[in-house]
Amino acid sequence: MSLDTGSASAALVRAATSETRLARSILIVVALGFVVLFLLLPLATVFIEALRKGPAEFVAALGDPETLSAILLTLTVAGIAVPLNLVFGVAAAWAIAKFEFKGKAFLTTLIDLPFSVSPVISGLVFVLLFGANSALGPILQSYGIKILFAVPGLVLATVFVTFPFVARELIPLMQEQGTSDEEAALSLGATGWQTFWHVTLPNIKWGLLYGVLLCNARAMGEFGAVSVVSGHIRGQTNTMPLQVEILYNEYNFVAAFAVAALLALLALLTLVLKTALELRYSDEIAASRRH
Amino acid sequence: MAFRSSSRRRWQFRQPSVIPGFGLALGVTLTWLILIVLIPISGLIWRSSGLGWSQFIQLTLDPRTVNALTISFGTAFIAAVVNLVFGVVLAWVLVRYRFPGKRVIDAMVDLPFALPTAVAGIALTTLYAPNGWIGSLLEPLGIKVAFTPAGIVVALVFVGLPFVVRTVQPIMEEIDKEVEEAAATLGANRFQTISRVLLPGLLPAGLTGFALAFARGVGEYGSVIFIAGNLPYVSEIAPLLIIIRLEEFNYAAATAIASVMLLLSFIMLLVINMIQAWSRGRYGNVA
Repeated sequence: MSLDTGSASAALVRAATSETRLARSILIVVALGFVVLFLLLPLATVFIEALRKGPAEFVAALGDPETLSAILLTLTVAGIAVPLNLVFGVAAAWAIAKFEFKGKAFLTTLIDLPFSVSPVISGLVFVLLFGANSALGPILQSYGIKILFAVPGLVLATVFVTFPFVARELIPLMQEQGTSDEEAALSLGATGWQTFWHVTLPNIKWGLLYGVLLCNARAMGEFGAVSVVSGHIRGQTNTMPLQVEILYNEYNFVAAFAVAALLALLALLTLVLKTALELRYSDEIAASRRH
Repeated sequence: MAFRSSSRRRWQFRQPSVIPGFGLALGVTLTWLILIVLIPISGLIWRSSGLGWSQFIQLTLDPRTVNALTISFGTAFIAAVVNLVFGVVLAWVLVRYRFPGKRVIDAMVDLPFALPTAVAGIALTTLYAPNGWIGSLLEPLGIKVAFTPAGIVVALVFVGLPFVVRTVQPIMEEIDKEVEEAAATLGANRFQTISRVLLPGLLPAGLTGFALAFARGVGEYGSVIFIAGNLPYVSEIAPLLIIIRLEEFNYAAATAIASVMLLLSFIMLLVINMIQAWSRGRYGNVA
């Protein structure tokens, strides 16, 4: 904290543990300049370009049937992928945080694995698994099951890239909380499920919401992995980010930025909720804020 | 492995606990992990091992592949260096100083995590294109950013920005003021205190953030492809080359490039873990 108390002595004598006023100003200007240049300007550009030809064009662009079906598809994919990873995340955190067992560190590393894989490779692995020249491909085809270039493929790729989010948020939180609350409930005669619903879940609800928020933002915004498995069939397998790409490459900039603006609003909403959770419930979400 | 005497401690998979649900929770976790992550990744490794050693080497050493990998790793490295320098300054300003709008700036640092990469890609391209706000300022100076490797660096700086800030910030908050006071009473000026006392303590966290930003940059696709220009041998990144090979139905080449990238990112992950272990041993804190 700076020591600008306003008293004469503080103004004349700088504390030995703070920088000169000039150094401070330079550092603030450099840091803010960097933020404006790399974060605020791109964000502003999205909204300015979307509204370049007026609100009517913006609304018209969003009313396009292909864009509407992209919005619906994005909601569908995230609506399936996020709950799946929610259940997985709670199960993984329960096993890892509440018990001591061999190979726990290794299991945690494996859960983090999707974060260190390029999104394109995350899509590629499913093409290699289910594609026409894979072992499974012809079998699936003979039964008429479509995974690639269809909704199941999009869901699989999205589940893969958002795999660690919920687990990562819950594991440190539940480790911090320990097992004494659960032990008390059990000793008072609660069943396992009762303990989970009435003791554990209320303890972790804000951390869980935090994880789901980040998981959902990534699920709706994922581009690389989804792009590989989508096949880009217009009106059928284009999610919102893919629709942005298609419209942009057709020089339909207003429409591209209109869809992009919706995604940017989602990102802003995510940041607002995330910050609110961090301020309000800092003790009830994981101490580590890294992702 | 069963010992006859029950008094001796047997090898146990898990320590006894009154908490129920271990089998169910671990079962769900392992099933989901194997189905979603392990089988698909093993599939990639299986397919690349099926290529045979000589074909694998030949595909990897293809000049276009080597160029794409060099561009991906080179631009990601430069972007991570930029992020290391500015990220540490930004974290310092956020932790130590008070100024209007600080809360908002702090929250905005996470924007690259929340904003879809394709949206960032088209916004940055519009800004840095020759007729864009920033591009038109740079053009008279003869600097081209969009549709050159410099554009890739700009996109990767955006994508990697939160990693350094969010890794360094918590460590900075924990710095004991007394250390700085001790340095000052021993006659160090402020610059010496920062460069000789504070920055070395931040090194492990800084390196971790750098490595995370670098690893993310190497694999990044969505924000880069719009601004890169995607000229083979000049501004074509490795993930894009994978997609190009897939579209040509050249699965062997796509698999080979992906395996090399996967191998290199595992090495990165190992390095990050080593930095953290080293830092715990040396500084006793978790980077």
